[in-house]
Amino acid sequence: MDKLLCKCGHENPPGTVLCESCGRPLNEQEENKELADMRYEGTARRSQTYNKSVIDKIWNFFSSVKIGVSIIIILLIAAALGTILPQQQYVPANTEATIEAYYTDIYGTVGTVYHALGFHDMYNSFWFIGLVGMLAISLIIASLDRFVPLYRSLKNQRVLRHPSFMRKQRIYGHGPGQEDTLQKAEEKLSELKYKVSTDKNGLLAEKGRFSRWGPYVNHIGLIIFLFGVMLRMIPGFYVDETLWIREGETRAIPDAPGYVLESKGFTLETYTGEGEQEKFGEAIERVGTVAKNYQTDVVLYKIPEGALPGDTDEMEVVEEYPIRVNQPFKFDGYALYQMDFRQDEFSTMSFALENKETGDSSGDLTIDLVNPETNYELADGSVVELLGYYPDFSGFENGEPQTASPLPKNPGFLVKMTTPDTPDGETSFITIQNTVEPLGDNDYKLAFQSVETRDASGLTVRKDRTLPILGLGGLIFMIGVAQGMYFNHRRFWIQQQQDGSILLAGHTNKNWFGLKKDLDQVNEHASLPAYRDQQEDLEAQEKREGEQLT
Amino acid sequence: MTLADISSNLLYVAFIAYLIATVIFGGAVKGNKEGSFRSEQRWGKVAITITVIGFLSQLGYFITRWIVTGHAPISNMFEFTTAFGMTLVGGFIILYALYRTAVLGMIVLPVALLIIAYASMFPSEVSPLIPALQTNWLAIHVITVVIAEGILAISAAAGLIYLLKVIDQKKKSKQRFWLEAIMYSLVLVLGFIIISTFFTLTNYEADFAYVNKDEQASQITYNMPAIFGMNDYESLSDGTFTPLVEMPPVIHAGKLTTVFWSVLVGTVLYLLIRLIFRKRISAMLQPFTKNVNLQLMDEINYRAVIIGFPIFTLGALVFAMIWAQIAWSRFWGWDPKEVWALVTFLFYAAYLHLRLGRGWAGEKSAWLAVIGFVIIMFNLVAVNLIIAGLHSYA
Repeated sequence: MDKLLCKCGHENPPGTVLCESCGRPLNEQEENKELADMRYEGTARRSQTYNKSVIDKIWNFFSSVKIGVSIIIILLIAAALGTILPQQQYVPANTEATIEAYYTDIYGTVGTVYHALGFHDMYNSFWFIGLVGMLAISLIIASLDRFVPLYRSLKNQRVLRHPSFMRKQRIYGHGPGQEDTLQKAEEKLSELKYKVSTDKNGLLAEKGRFSRWGPYVNHIGLIIFLFGVMLRMIPGFYVDETLWIREGETRAIPDAPGYVLESKGFTLETYTGEGEQEKFGEAIERVGTVAKNYQTDVVLYKIPEGALPGDTDEMEVVEEYPIRVNQPFKFDGYALYQMDFRQDEFSTMSFALENKETGDSSGDLTIDLVNPETNYELADGSVVELLGYYPDFSGFENGEPQTASPLPKNPGFLVKMTTPDTPDGETSFITIQNTVEPLGDNDYKLAFQSVETRDASGLTVRKDRTLPILGLGGLIFMIGVAQGMYFNHRRFWIQQQQDGSILLAGHTNKNWFGLKKDLDQVNEHASLPAYRDQQEDLEAQEKREGEQLT
Repeated sequence: MTLADISSNLLYVAFIAYLIATVIFGGAVKGNKEGSFRSEQRWGKVAITITVIGFLSQLGYFITRWIVTGHAPISNMFEFTTAFGMTLVGGFIILYALYRTAVLGMIVLPVALLIIAYASMFPSEVSPLIPALQTNWLAIHVITVVIAEGILAISAAAGLIYLLKVIDQKKKSKQRFWLEAIMYSLVLVLGFIIISTFFTLTNYEADFAYVNKDEQASQITYNMPAIFGMNDYESLSDGTFTPLVEMPPVIHAGKLTTVFWSVLVGTVLYLLIRLIFRKRISAMLQPFTKNVNLQLMDEINYRAVIIGFPIFTLGALVFAMIWAQIAWSRFWGWDPKEVWALVTFLFYAAYLHLRLGRGWAGEKSAWLAVIGFVIIMFNLVAVNLIIAGLHSYA
């Protein structure tokens, strides 16, 4: 397509409706309109100009408001559907099969259908993410389609507009003026904080052009936000690990090389409803107990560079910190959160090696249930050998003892006891309240003495380097929204014709009431011709015609 | 009288003030025979004065309760919903100062009354904060959200008035049906309030043992005669109503019973109204909108959205994400409440694009504003009571 040459001499891009420079209508259809469509200043939007190639079609698809809103509505409905039943991360099952079974067991047919449709993992489904992607593309294309020509046009606008342009503005007036009308109008407009430029016999007063960029700014903010969300897929930007640490334990922090954490203890406090808390008495009575504080006191160590891994002697204390809910421990870009706890986990068990018949004890042994030793030598030379340890014993399979988890919930021990009396050793399988002697009756047994417990803290290890980007996106979005919604772009064009009469036109992207108020103030000072709101005139006329018809 | 008593008395005063103001606003609108602005003003002035007194009283309740509990009183269903009623009235007062619209008061105040009454059906005793709520972000996040929702609800009220005026009550239409459906659902809320109050006053209590969906034995207290029984229920109280139907474990029969009673009472009430007045409720309200300036209602609808939308975004998404990052280690987790905040955001984003980009003003815009309010109420009521995620504190 060719460029459009306006009578005023300005070369406009193909597809332009109103000349960027003087505002003359550039096609017949526009010439016949009563009012000019000023939404995008009559500029050449790519989507309205080309519709041949595939690229044109894609561009036009995504630049449409109708499509954009449709995507928003579909996303909205999909998001809402995902809340009907809990998402899979919130159900107490963790394999494909058990998750599927859970939905059927708990929710019946509805659950089966919900799972079959993939709604149980709605927000990670490829089509949901695809929709968000389409929204992002729509944001970019729709913005570019409008912003680029609008920017060009507002940059190229001339002070002197063609009378045909002025006549088609919503606010329009024409009438006799005085010699100093222009000068006085300029004074008053400047006083009202308008930027006034003059050219020969006319002036252009403009205010708040930046508000026209508001929608594009807030879209940029959203795109930055979505970009930030995407970044977390890149390794190194995002860490999400769980660290279970028991009281007194020292553990390396997963995904945080060089850092080691020690737990001094876990505290759970509940409201007592006494003293200062008496006012809460009624509420506590109604619901039972209310937690007041979950806290893990930790010490952070750093292994100096060059030290061997596992070399714990040279660790340096970095900081001590009480991790509480809402008060994560932050260090070096990482944060540790108090997320979970287990109370009264078994830590050690003590046994006495006893002769069954006499009840004589050969001595005591204490087994650390997290890091058990393989041999326990007693004072009289007896040895208890730990052949097998099953921290969470769940039964036998093919004669072999099994453990359900690595947590010491129901410890089982396969031991070989060797004493001076029984040098060949006797084998025994011991669990809480139960002893099995698989190879025949023994002379000796391990008699349970005591058990020690301690608490364990579930901490989340988090690093999220995308946060500043997300924050920036959010900030830009909010600025863009305020910019576009709470400010408006107002313009007046005033020209003194050769015969001394005054032509006057005004435009704003919103709040016409405010624009008229400004104009009234200028009027008082500069005695401009009376103006009309042509839109209201048109509406009134339509209404009259409508009434005549009925 | 302790400060806690003063606090709850101030809330009563506010409630009664709103009640009186509603009637006077109604009178101001109805009495305006000549349709001039002035005749509405006389009674309008009285009504708005009483409304402001009520608002200040409620503000007094809010502040004294804050002092008593030691934390912002927005931490449970009672407190949040009451605050929502307050911001709704606050938003109306500002708009009245700008536009002098008595008719808006006639719609907003009864809705605020319903909301506050609904709130008081929840346990209202002073409750301590669980660890997740012990931060200033509670006040910052929730107060911003409740203000935004109050403002957005004003847009719905303006939309509703617009619809009451323009929809032809004599001709059968989808619009007429849905408008009346809105009125019916407001009556259902009233039904819930009436029946809950009745059984609370009569001290109805029935205990049941049941097996919950995780197959564990639990107990529940019904405060209304149990129509629906919980899974494998067993009555623990003598002489109470025996459930008619037993529900599968996934359905909370206790809540379903409450819903049943509310719908029953609400429907009876609605039918009575229809029988006595021989008119739809919307048709009864239509004469009040005789002098309504449609353009102004459309303007209020839009203004409320462009003010409420950014505040909502700030409170329900930005502040929410900051707090979620601090408390739960992730700024977003697709928790139902989070999702519905996003749904609300997307909905108003669509509203703005349709209005600014495709010229959806007037009636279309009014419907959208009303739907927006429905979404907000869904997030407040259904998500808290039915869907239940991390945010259910009631």
